[in-house]
Amino acid sequence: MSRATAVPEPLARRALTCDQIVTYSHAVNDDLVFKALADPTRRLLLDRLFARDGRTLTELESEVEMTRFGVMKHLRVLEDAGLVVTRRAGREKLHFLNAVPIRLIHDRWIDKYTERQVSALADLKTELEGNE
Amino acid sequence: MSTMTNTTTTTQVHRVYIKTTADRIWAAITKPEWTARYGYTGYVSYDLRPGGRYEVRATEGFRAAAESQGNQLPEVIIDGEVLEADPPRRLVTTFRMLMDAEIAGEGFTRVTHEIKDIGGGVCSLTVTHELEGAPKLALILSGGLEDVGAGGGYPWVLSDLKTLLETGSPFTS
Repeated sequence: MSRATAVPEPLARRALTCDQIVTYSHAVNDDLVFKALADPTRRLLLDRLFARDGRTLTELESEVEMTRFGVMKHLRVLEDAGLVVTRRAGREKLHFLNAVPIRLIHDRWIDKYTERQVSALADLKTELEGNE
Repeated sequence: MSTMTNTTTTTQVHRVYIKTTADRIWAAITKPEWTARYGYTGYVSYDLRPGGRYEVRATEGFRAAAESQGNQLPEVIIDGEVLEADPPRRLVTTFRMLMDAEIAGEGFTRVTHEIKDIGGGVCSLTVTHELEGAPKLALILSGGLEDVGAGGGYPWVLSDLKTLLETGSPFTS
């Protein structure tokens, strides 16, 4: 995981390189997402990133009542679940909110159980309006 | 380049893991027969070399839907320039949305697609969109205008792309 790879000069502006400390299990495991979300501090960190994305650990640390080490631990859990993606920009490590895992859960689970209700409401609407 | 502060506040990073090969993901991003099938749909056209044109044209369905709401779409709905193309790993282009005069006026932004094989038959696709000076486009791409019919942005598009590549059919259509 060397970060020392030279970035060609014209690319210096987008010197955002991917941290790829990821394993197969992280890629396919919804449990990690649910576990990550099941903690108020971690949800708060996500809310902070939603309000303003691409923050450093120091910035995030200033927003929660917790030690730097505690915040790091929570960020690691969020990262493992894919909810936070980190990138290097120069010497700084920036944290970005990644909403895709939440979207996947929405699309795979929530839609499945709400579809029937929505179609039932659509039928009701048709029936009520048809009787006017 | 501007300062770090600008980067931190306007860049969006979206990542999805897909059980497929890097080649298939690359094709799904760069080939019109794929891009017409997921997310917002659209026929892409890339001249995959630095300085090459990047254009997206609306599908018939997308155009009809827009026109039924009174929106006349231009021939090309997104344009840009290829800055880097390293198939099937990395694609960098500029990006300007032309469907709306105000958003078009925000000018060119920059998109980087990175595909990494992480083993176990899984690849990650990371889309980094640098949206300095383009708050309206940023709002749409984050999914913030989904309730008013502007689609769910990158999270929606990438979720749909994953479904298409893993199951053979998208969920949007």
